[in-house]
Amino acid sequence: MIAVENLSKRYGPHAAVDDVSFTCEPGTVTGFLGPNGAGKSTTMRMICGLTPPTAGTATVDGRPYRQIGNPGRRVGVLLDASAQHAGRTGREVLTLAALTMGVDKRRVGESLERVGLDKTAARRRVKAYSLGMRQRLGLAYALLGDPGVLILDEPANGLDPEGIFWMRGLLRDFADRGGTVLLSSHLLREVEAVADKLVVIGAGRVVAQGDKAELLAASGTVVRALDHEALEATLQRHGLTGTRTTDGGVVVQADAETIGRAAAGAGLVLLELRPADSGGLEQMFLSLTAGDPGREAVR
Amino acid sequence: MTAVQSPPTSPAGAAVVGDGGRTVEKISVARLTRVELRKLADTRSGLWLLIAIGLAAAATAAIMLGAAPDEEQTFRNLFSFGLAPASVLLPVLGILSMTSEWSQRTALTTFTLTPARGRVVAAKLIAAVLIAIAATAAAALLSAGANLVAIGAGGDGSWDITADQAGRLLLNQVIFVLMGSAFGALLMNSPLAIVLYFAIPTAWSVLGQMVKWLRETAEWLDLNMTSLPLSEATMSSGQWARLGVAVAVWVAVPLVLGTVRVLRREVS
Repeated sequence: MIAVENLSKRYGPHAAVDDVSFTCEPGTVTGFLGPNGAGKSTTMRMICGLTPPTAGTATVDGRPYRQIGNPGRRVGVLLDASAQHAGRTGREVLTLAALTMGVDKRRVGESLERVGLDKTAARRRVKAYSLGMRQRLGLAYALLGDPGVLILDEPANGLDPEGIFWMRGLLRDFADRGGTVLLSSHLLREVEAVADKLVVIGAGRVVAQGDKAELLAASGTVVRALDHEALEATLQRHGLTGTRTTDGGVVVQADAETIGRAAAGAGLVLLELRPADSGGLEQMFLSLTAGDPGREAVR
Repeated sequence: MTAVQSPPTSPAGAAVVGDGGRTVEKISVARLTRVELRKLADTRSGLWLLIAIGLAAAATAAIMLGAAPDEEQTFRNLFSFGLAPASVLLPVLGILSMTSEWSQRTALTTFTLTPARGRVVAAKLIAAVLIAIAATAAAALLSAGANLVAIGAGGDGSWDITADQAGRLLLNQVIFVLMGSAFGALLMNSPLAIVLYFAIPTAWSVLGQMVKWLRETAEWLDLNMTSLPLSEATMSSGQWARLGVAVAVWVAVPLVLGTVRVLRREVS
C-alpha cells in the first residue's frame, strides 16, 4: 500500500510536483502517466525518501520510507536502470544487494533466471549491457528482497516488445498475488495493458485519476465521416465538442446515438462510430499534456 | 537474450501479510561494512589498486635489499619503507569508495536499500580502516620475508620493533586513508577529489617551505610534515600535538563537512 498526500516539491520558483495525492492499493497495478518532465520521477524519489519534499507526506505500508529499517524486504524499487556501477557484473550487483538486505545469496541466481538473464549475461559487466538488459537487472534487483510493493520508474524503456509483454505478465501476476505496483510511463499504451488504476500527471499536478475502466468510459465516442468538414460543422451546430484524432476521426464527448442522429439529420455518410476506448484516453492524455511542450527536462 | 514466461517462484505478496518484523529492524553497520569491504575490491579499479599496492610493496622490498646499505636492512626499515606505496594508494581507494556512489550513480540504489545514510558513511569509514589494517599486516609479512632474505645476504636483519613503533606505522596508514575518504565524501567527484587530495597538501607544503612567515604555521598544519615522526624511532609529545592539529584540519573537518553533505544531498 502506497499513500501519497499533498506531496509538493519546488526547485526555486518552479514547482516540479504540485500537491499530488493518490493511493495504491494491494492487489492493483497503478499506472503513473505523464509526459517527460511532468514530475513522475520526482514524485517517486520523494516516496522513496531520496528527495525531501517541500510539503506533504508519502508512506509505504503506513510508514515513511526512511523509517522502514530494511526497506528492500518490503519495497522493490527501480528508479533508473542505468544507475549501476559499470564495472560490476550483473551477478555482483545483485550479490551486494542480497548481502545488504540479508537475503540468502541463492536468491541471486533465482532472480537472474526469473528476469531472463542467463549465466553468461550475469557474468558480464553492466557496462556491456543493453538498456533492456539493465531494465531486467533492475527488475531482478527490485524483486530480490521478495517485497510486497513495487515502485518502478519507466521499466519498459529499452525492452523489446517481447520483453514488455513478459514484464506485463510479471507485474500482473505480482498484483494478483496481493502485491502493490506503482508503475510510471510516458507511454499510455504501455501502461494501459496492465494497469487497474491510472494517475495522470502533467506539469507537476494530477490531472486525472481513477479506475482505468472509468477513465476509458469517460473518454467519448469516435466518429469518422466521408465528408470530414461537413461532420465538423454538424457537430458544432449541435453543440458537440470534439477533438481530432490523427487518422481523420473526431472524438466527441457524447454517446453514439446523439452523434448518429445528428449525422443522419445532416445526411452524412459515417465510416466509423464507436466508443473511443484507449484512443479517447490517448486523446485526453495528449490534450492534458499538450499545453506545455517546453517543460521537458527543465528542473 | 530470451524472455522468461514462467511465473515468479515465490509468492510476491507474501511480504504484505505477516513479514515477521523482518523489515522493521535497521540494517546493522557490521553488515553494511561487509558490503562496503566487498565493494572496495569488486571493480577493476579497486582490484587493480590493491594489486598495485601489493606489487609496489614487493618492489620497495627488492629495492631495499638491492640498494640499501647492509646496516639499514632491518625489519623496521623494511616495514616502514614497504608501507610507502600503501600510504599513497590506499587513500585513493578511500576516495573512490565515497565518490563512485555519485560518479557511478550507485547512490540511488545504495540509499534506497539503506535510507540511513549515516550508517553507510560509517560502514565506508570502518571498511577503509580495516583495509588499512590489512594492508599494514600484509606489509609486515612481506617485510618479514624480505628481512629473512637480508639475513641470508649478509644484511643487518635485526627484528627489533616496539609495539609503539608498529602502532604508529599503522596509525599513519589509517590517517591517510581516512583523509582520502573525507575528501571523497566532501567533493563527491572522483577526479576532482583525487587531484585535490594530492595537490592541496603538496602545494601547502611547498608554500610552507618557501614563504617565511608561513613556516611556523606549516609546522602545525602541514600533515605531510607532522606525520613524518610516525615513521621514526620515537615521537615526542610536542610532535603528537602537532600531528593532532594537522589531523583535525585535514581529516576531521573535511570528514564532518563531507558527511553532512552526503546526508543532505538529493539523490537523483
